[in-house]
Amino acid sequence: MAAEIEIHNTNRLIESYDRDATTILGFWVYLMTDCVLFASLFAVFAVLRNNTFGGPSGATLFSLPYVLAETFSLLTSSFTCGLAVLSAQRGNKKHTIFWFGVTFLLGLIFLIMEISEFHKFVKMGDSWQRSGFLSSYFTLVGTHGLHITIGLIWIAVMCVYVYKRGIGQTTLKRIRMLSLFWHFLDVVWIFIFTVVYLFGALHA
Amino acid sequence: MTKIRKKLVLSLFIVIVLIISGDYLSRVSIPVLEPKGVIADQEFRLLIIITLIMLIVVVPVFFLLAFIVWRYRDDNNHRGKYTPDWDHSRLIEGIWWGIPTLLIIVVAIITWKATYALNPYKPIASQNPTITIQVVSMDWKWLFIYPKQHIATINYIEFPVNYPVHFYITSDAPMNSFWLPQLSGQIYAMAGMQTQLYLMANVKGTFIGRSANISGIGFAGMQFSAVAVNANTFKSWVRRTSDSPETLSLSEYKKLQKPSLYVPVRFFSRPVVGLFNAVINQYMTPESQAIKL
Amino acid sequence: MSLFNNLAGILGKLSLKQFPHDPLTMFGAGLIVLVPIVIIAILTVTKRWRWLYREWLTTQDPKRIGIMYIIVAIAMGLRGLSDVLLIRTQQAISVGSSQGILSASHFQQIVSAHGTIMIFFVAMGLMFGIINLIVPLQIGARDVAFPFLNATSFWLFFSGMVLINLSLVIGDFSAAGWLAYPPLSELKYSPTVGVDYWIWSLEIAGVGSLLAGINFLVTILKMRVKGMSLMKMPMFCWSVLGSMFLVAFAFPILTVALTLLAFDRDLGTHFFTSGGGGNMMMYVNLIWAWGHPEVYILVLPAFGVFSEVVSAFSRKKLFGYTSMVWAIWAIVFLSFIVWLHHFFTMGAGSNVNAFFGIMTMIIAVPTGVKLFNWLFTMYRGKLDLKTPLLWFIAFAVVFTIGGMAGVLMAVPPIDFQLHNSLFLVAHFHMMIVGGVVFGYFAGITYWFPKFFGFKLNERLGRYAFWCWLIGFLLAFIPLYILGFMGATRRLNHYSASLGWQPLFVVAGIGAVVIAVGVGFQFLQLIFSILQRHQNTSGDDPWDARSLEWSLPTPVPFYNYARLPAVTERDAFWIAKRTHQIDTREYEPIELPRNTPLSMIIGVSILIFAFAIVWHIWWLAAVGLLAAVVIIIRSMDENTTYTISANEVMKLDKLYREGEV
Repeated sequence: MAAEIEIHNTNRLIESYDRDATTILGFWVYLMTDCVLFASLFAVFAVLRNNTFGGPSGATLFSLPYVLAETFSLLTSSFTCGLAVLSAQRGNKKHTIFWFGVTFLLGLIFLIMEISEFHKFVKMGDSWQRSGFLSSYFTLVGTHGLHITIGLIWIAVMCVYVYKRGIGQTTLKRIRMLSLFWHFLDVVWIFIFTVVYLFGALHA
Repeated sequence: MTKIRKKLVLSLFIVIVLIISGDYLSRVSIPVLEPKGVIADQEFRLLIIITLIMLIVVVPVFFLLAFIVWRYRDDNNHRGKYTPDWDHSRLIEGIWWGIPTLLIIVVAIITWKATYALNPYKPIASQNPTITIQVVSMDWKWLFIYPKQHIATINYIEFPVNYPVHFYITSDAPMNSFWLPQLSGQIYAMAGMQTQLYLMANVKGTFIGRSANISGIGFAGMQFSAVAVNANTFKSWVRRTSDSPETLSLSEYKKLQKPSLYVPVRFFSRPVVGLFNAVINQYMTPESQAIKL
Repeated sequence: MSLFNNLAGILGKLSLKQFPHDPLTMFGAGLIVLVPIVIIAILTVTKRWRWLYREWLTTQDPKRIGIMYIIVAIAMGLRGLSDVLLIRTQQAISVGSSQGILSASHFQQIVSAHGTIMIFFVAMGLMFGIINLIVPLQIGARDVAFPFLNATSFWLFFSGMVLINLSLVIGDFSAAGWLAYPPLSELKYSPTVGVDYWIWSLEIAGVGSLLAGINFLVTILKMRVKGMSLMKMPMFCWSVLGSMFLVAFAFPILTVALTLLAFDRDLGTHFFTSGGGGNMMMYVNLIWAWGHPEVYILVLPAFGVFSEVVSAFSRKKLFGYTSMVWAIWAIVFLSFIVWLHHFFTMGAGSNVNAFFGIMTMIIAVPTGVKLFNWLFTMYRGKLDLKTPLLWFIAFAVVFTIGGMAGVLMAVPPIDFQLHNSLFLVAHFHMMIVGGVVFGYFAGITYWFPKFFGFKLNERLGRYAFWCWLIGFLLAFIPLYILGFMGATRRLNHYSASLGWQPLFVVAGIGAVVIAVGVGFQFLQLIFSILQRHQNTSGDDPWDARSLEWSLPTPVPFYNYARLPAVTERDAFWIAKRTHQIDTREYEPIELPRNTPLSMIIGVSILIFAFAIVWHIWWLAAVGLLAAVVIIIRSMDENTTYTISANEVMKLDKLYREGEV
């Protein structure tokens, strides 16, 4: 059917409804489902946190200063991500890419720190196979780390996108969603920091 | 003429079906509806009460449905009123939000009380002492240990009538559910954990119990007999079983741990002391992953 | 030999031994292989590949995606039905010394497959099919909010379906029941790949459902035509909104439960293991925190269908619209705080059990309100007793009986006696078949002429209906009684002395009668297609009420040439009475271009999951393709095309005159 119709290819937007607002709402709903996912993992952690099965507890494993450094790196990246959005809103391509670059670097530092912490635990024989507590610890923190990884890929792709296409309405919408995602991961991390590390250390 | 004949044939058919099913149901045992123990009896009464309360709503619904379909069907002799735009009435809607809510409040109160009264962990008051039986669900049989009588059995239990029986239940296999429908409802058997159940038979007899939760290929064979007898008969049974040449040593238990299907009844004397707790503890810490006593 | 070993390493756990050997499985596997081969052959002979690719496989049109969902669901329904016939045969003859036709393991695999397939690939498939077809039309939209995502959801659903059927050909399927409780589903007790197939098939289909849920939630909230406030939506859309809200909240929990079980099996973690610090009860909680809302996810849209059907076939406004909306949201809310009633027997305290029991029975109130509202929609109406309305009447009877059984089991002490028995099995079949399946049958019969231009044959539909209803009662009333007799679910064998056999035989006869009903449904479809030219039904064959019936039939690919003006509920009904339809001007329409990328994502995820099931780690890397595709897609700015207002006008004229 469609083939017989003369098709005009235009980039003109037809406003029978607000597409950008729809996309943003969709992204919010997605974030909400991700929230439920993390909430489930938190619940699992809460159930298993004392099931150390003779293995180490959080108090013996975690080093708070190290985690604090991680946290600082991620929180700063959230701030620079905000600066990137501000630059984008002013239409400043260069600054946008710069601040996203800084965000990327800070996120990468966070990720590397997290992975090296995991590596250390595994080398000591305290891997996810050791106990229910460690299974849930690695999964909860690791799921956040996986999100960070996806976020880093997204930031990289976004930089390419901004570089090639400049900052138009679509780009701005996507930048806004990316920053929502990044801030969301920040909030989740605050919870992880509190529930997993702080409570874990206090529990001793 | 044919219409009448059709109706006759149909009613004859219904009568025959009713007779056959009535005859069948009168000859077969329906444990949940024929309780032989105090707990099952109360659960059965509860079932009847709740059913009756719900019929208060359900019966009118059926009549209303039948009446509306008959009266407002659109054929040649359509007689009902037709009001295509009549789409709400506060009063009528209030009735069907209100009356079911009231009924549910009544049911909820009954439920709240009954849930406490029939908590399976709640001891049964009786002037007779309580018999304790430890239950281990295994692949694929039930092991019963009588810690005070120092005997153990496979797929068979015996206890005196009108004596409360206290079960401690765990599993050394996937999750099972311990169910003796004529005496009480069921409860799960889970590895590394212990659940409890009280029941008391008030009639002598042999009752069938089984696992109600799928646990692998031998699941269908996890059936056991529970026999309620006189206190004296029970005593002599315990004595006979104590004399059994088979003893439940640790090595014997390890043999039992191997999966087996449709296991016949067995009787053991002198089960090793602390076996039940050791079965639970093997899942608790790495040091005791092998059963230790 | 060493080469062979190397090969074996490359293929993970996969080897020739994994292909079926016993005759029954070989027959099933043969069918599964044969059906695609026949389809491929037919396509090749009739030179339809290009057509299939351009019109269907790459489509972004929710109407076509909806039809594909329904076709998959029907095919899977046949698979589920053949499972039923095997289960019923086994239970009817496997008594005493006879072991029946199936081994215990095979029987349990079939039971698990039956439940999984019926819920995930039949009920969910029918639901998303109907939602795709109807929701955009009813809200006066030309598309869904995220068409690419929508197509991807379908292809994930499709991949999950393919994976679960692969288990019949290569390896085996889970024998741990449809929800695979650990520790039975852990590696220790289920060492084969069966449970992995189960996990990954549901994981993929589940993510597809989650994305579709987000999509339709946003579609309904944001894309309603001007003038259609929420309280003017057709009740079907309200029901879908409630259902999709539940999808968005419940499916992430399923993803977590399945992933953690997969970690236990593949990475050696201790989430649900017995020992190692795992907690099996947590799995049961998680799976039901998804599983209970899932029931309402399925049934709410079916309720929505009934709201449309009852109103249309009574030729009367839906009674108690506001009550209906409140009832839906009461159900949505309550469905999240009742999950524990699936395991009162796990040893929770009285206060916990009583709370969840009471919350459960409260759901009976809004559900009852809906039933009364439907009855009063019929009251003082003019009932056109066609098959859709017959399905409603059957639903009302069956659902009420099943609901009564449900309230009984909501009382914890009664549940102790009925839990995991065949009484429970009878209860949830009455809810899901009586509620969901009957609802979607009504919906398909009702909306069929909108999309194909002819009605389904009424007489054969009635035969099918009566077979279904009688067969259904024959199949499940005996199960209620068997439950009282102490028969538990999933028994592959029982002793003769229990006296259960006659009832199992009756249930088996019931299943056969249902199968005859299904046969009539296929006859109905074939017969209706053959006679389609005598039975053309026009644009509005039922004198119906909502906007979709204002469109020409078949529905144009852009849905609405001119957007309708909505001022009230039942917009089309009003418009027909006032003779005012379409007040807006023609305007250019922007639509998504077809793209194979959704399908590519689906296929790469399928290969990824298959690789994980068999531990073929190098092959799992194919899954990365999905990520690459998403990035490529995000860079593509040329994803839509526009039809000018002029063209739209010309097309509209052609459609209205039936020239297309």
